[in-house]
Amino acid sequence: MAQGVEMTGRPATAAPFAIELKGISKAFGPVQANKDINIAVPKGTIHGIIGENGAGKSTLMSILYGFYRADAGEIFIGGRLTPIPDSQSAIRAGIGMVFQHFKLVQNFTVLENVVLGAEEGALLNTSLAKARAELQRLSRDYELDVNPDALIEDLSVGHQQRVEILKALYRQADILILDEPTGVLTPDEADHLFRILKGLRDQGKTVILITHKLREIMEATDNVSVMRRGTMVGTVKTAETSPEALAELMVGRKVLLEVEKKPATPGAVVLDVQNLRVVDEHKVERLKGVSLQIRAGEILGIAGVAGNGQSELLAALGGITKATGAVTLKGEALPLTGKGANGRARREAGIGHIPEDRQALGLIMDFAAWENMAFGYHHRPQYGAGAVLMDNAAVRAETDKQMAAYDVRPPIASLAAKSFSGGNQQKIVVAREIESGPDLLLIGQPTRGVDIGAIEFIHKQIVALRDAGKAILLVSVELDEIMSLSDRILVMFDGQVMGERDPEITNERELGLLMAGMTG
Amino acid sequence: MDYATLIQILDSTLRLATPLLLACLAGLYSERAGIFDIGLEGKMLMAAMASGAVAAVTGSAWAGLGAGILASLLLGAVHGLASITFRGNQLISGVALNFVASGVTVLVAQSLFGQGGRTPPLSGDARFNPITLPFAEAVKDVPLIGPFYFEVLSGHSILVYAALALVPLTWWVLFRTRFGLRLRAVGENPAAVDTAGVSVKGLRWAAVAITGVLCGIAGAYMATALQAGFGKEMTAGRGYIALAALIFAKWRPVAALWACLLFGFFQALATRTDVVEGLVGMKVPVPFLDALPYILTVVVLAGFIGKAIPPRAGGEPYVKER
Repeated sequence: MAQGVEMTGRPATAAPFAIELKGISKAFGPVQANKDINIAVPKGTIHGIIGENGAGKSTLMSILYGFYRADAGEIFIGGRLTPIPDSQSAIRAGIGMVFQHFKLVQNFTVLENVVLGAEEGALLNTSLAKARAELQRLSRDYELDVNPDALIEDLSVGHQQRVEILKALYRQADILILDEPTGVLTPDEADHLFRILKGLRDQGKTVILITHKLREIMEATDNVSVMRRGTMVGTVKTAETSPEALAELMVGRKVLLEVEKKPATPGAVVLDVQNLRVVDEHKVERLKGVSLQIRAGEILGIAGVAGNGQSELLAALGGITKATGAVTLKGEALPLTGKGANGRARREAGIGHIPEDRQALGLIMDFAAWENMAFGYHHRPQYGAGAVLMDNAAVRAETDKQMAAYDVRPPIASLAAKSFSGGNQQKIVVAREIESGPDLLLIGQPTRGVDIGAIEFIHKQIVALRDAGKAILLVSVELDEIMSLSDRILVMFDGQVMGERDPEITNERELGLLMAGMTG
Repeated sequence: MDYATLIQILDSTLRLATPLLLACLAGLYSERAGIFDIGLEGKMLMAAMASGAVAAVTGSAWAGLGAGILASLLLGAVHGLASITFRGNQLISGVALNFVASGVTVLVAQSLFGQGGRTPPLSGDARFNPITLPFAEAVKDVPLIGPFYFEVLSGHSILVYAALALVPLTWWVLFRTRFGLRLRAVGENPAAVDTAGVSVKGLRWAAVAITGVLCGIAGAYMATALQAGFGKEMTAGRGYIALAALIFAKWRPVAALWACLLFGFFQALATRTDVVEGLVGMKVPVPFLDALPYILTVVVLAGFIGKAIPPRAGGEPYVKER
């Protein structure tokens, strides 16, 4: 047990509680998502709730927002017992929620989204006029600038999130719940968000921040509650704990936040990219002449804020988008346009690809795990009983083997991909791509939406592949991940490589400046 | 083509565009709320039969209209039950209801009246008769404008004017009222409506009910105003043309009026092949004129005339998830 943890679920504060949950339980079929949860959140604080994916954080908050009804337990708001059977009741009780996936109408204006459901009367004009004045006040008070007449679809995700916060404040929420708010934000936007949240707290609002990122908890919260497998493990003051202690509480054992790896022993050049250019469908140049080399037995990390050409780099090398320039793999030139430039040809050439968006490109969510295990390699002789038929038994046998080796839980090959948690979905993709024996592995956001236990496992696999003498291109927006895994780091900005750094020598500040396009 | 012929064609354009417009606006409410309704045709047909039958028995067009609306609402309720309450596939439900309507109408009409699946011919108060607009007689002889007002605008049944009045009304409801905001929102992102504490199902049921009422009026218009009684398959695909017009109009009420007038114009031309032949200098087959609305719709869908983006949540049952 780490120091400073009280098992009562109550931090040592005498002030009245904004929210107090007592004995909340919720089951979905046989899965007990929340077990006898007790938590008390003091007024005017930022309270973090941290836990692995599937620990029950979001379920708990959905109960608080009236999305689900608890099987047992009581909710007290401001000291009063308040049943919350639906979202309407939650709003009335002064609770506002900013979901991970925004609940905005894309082709409505900011104003219309704010007003929706909280209109003044049957006619819109009065509501909109009132909301416009109110928005001006809120944006002045809380650094929440957005143009009230802009369409949501024209706004950046950071601004869309502000609209969600404004929606809650417009409904006079005293308690604001944010579910994984920084998953879609750039570091700058995240910092701005935390400033906003602190401003809200200083005005007396209570903020609940759900996240699985330890850094954010340490940076932004006053108290933090840790959940593990549906139970509340404990609540501590943030100032009195450490990331290591929290991580241990989350997974119930010690976690290596730093990846253990030996120095790389780079061999011959495997991938050589010269002057790679990609132009998107809007005729915008996304990659502006990128050149890089990766040797056998090394991990090249690409750091950068999302949307600066990393996705296009992966897509061009993976054969998904057309490009110009010159790419050679182990001395063989790869076609970048035309018939030879497709995912299958690249896999044949020896390039494995763990795509950034595993749900869109890595898996077919409605298909079973064993079917997903063969995708991209389904034509290989090991899976083919003949020219037409597939040897499903062989695929299933391979799946059983990989599920055991990669600790996919539950190890049920016939389960649909969508029924696995994010981390286990990713393990299926990682297993498939690594076990196909590539010379070069392209990896995009390997641990996005993946819980800590699985992150550790996936990182180990990546390092093991490197030690087996393979070349690895790693793209991630998580700077920690890039710094701890990479043997060399390239920073991309605006479709170009800003520079190369040695992870042993550089620091986050230097990389951050490069990521912002400043060469210093 | 002389002016008198043009006036005649425009007159029948308005007459023929009215059921399209009513059905199109009906579809607009439903689809804006995220419920695709391919069953406009079936609802119109059912309403036509019910209104024709009741008008024949009671001798009152208004009673017929009421019966038509009820019949259409009934089918709409089945569609709502299937697609909102039980989250079924909206296209399948709509298609199934069209088949049901196609069979049931003839069956009921035959067993009630025994006239080969038709309802008895209507006359007098059992029909919605033409109304002469104010000053129509007075301005009749003014050149150009006079005949247009007297022949084209004046002299239609009350339902035609009701349909025209529904266009600005629909626009106002959609874009100027709380109900309209929520209706549009629920067709774009029901989760946003749900988390705002408003009932998704309630809104969608309301939309389906409005669709039922409007389709009922459209069907009643067919049997008690445009024609004098119900006949087998008398809607002749107008529900589908109305859907085409809805896409053509990009789900906007005022554009829907123009789309329906255009498609009504094609239908009017199809009855005057001599005029078409005179205009283009060759014989144009009637089926081609009938197909024009669909051809135009495909052109719109293919993106040649701007982009037709349907309501984003259209056709998908709402399942609560985070």
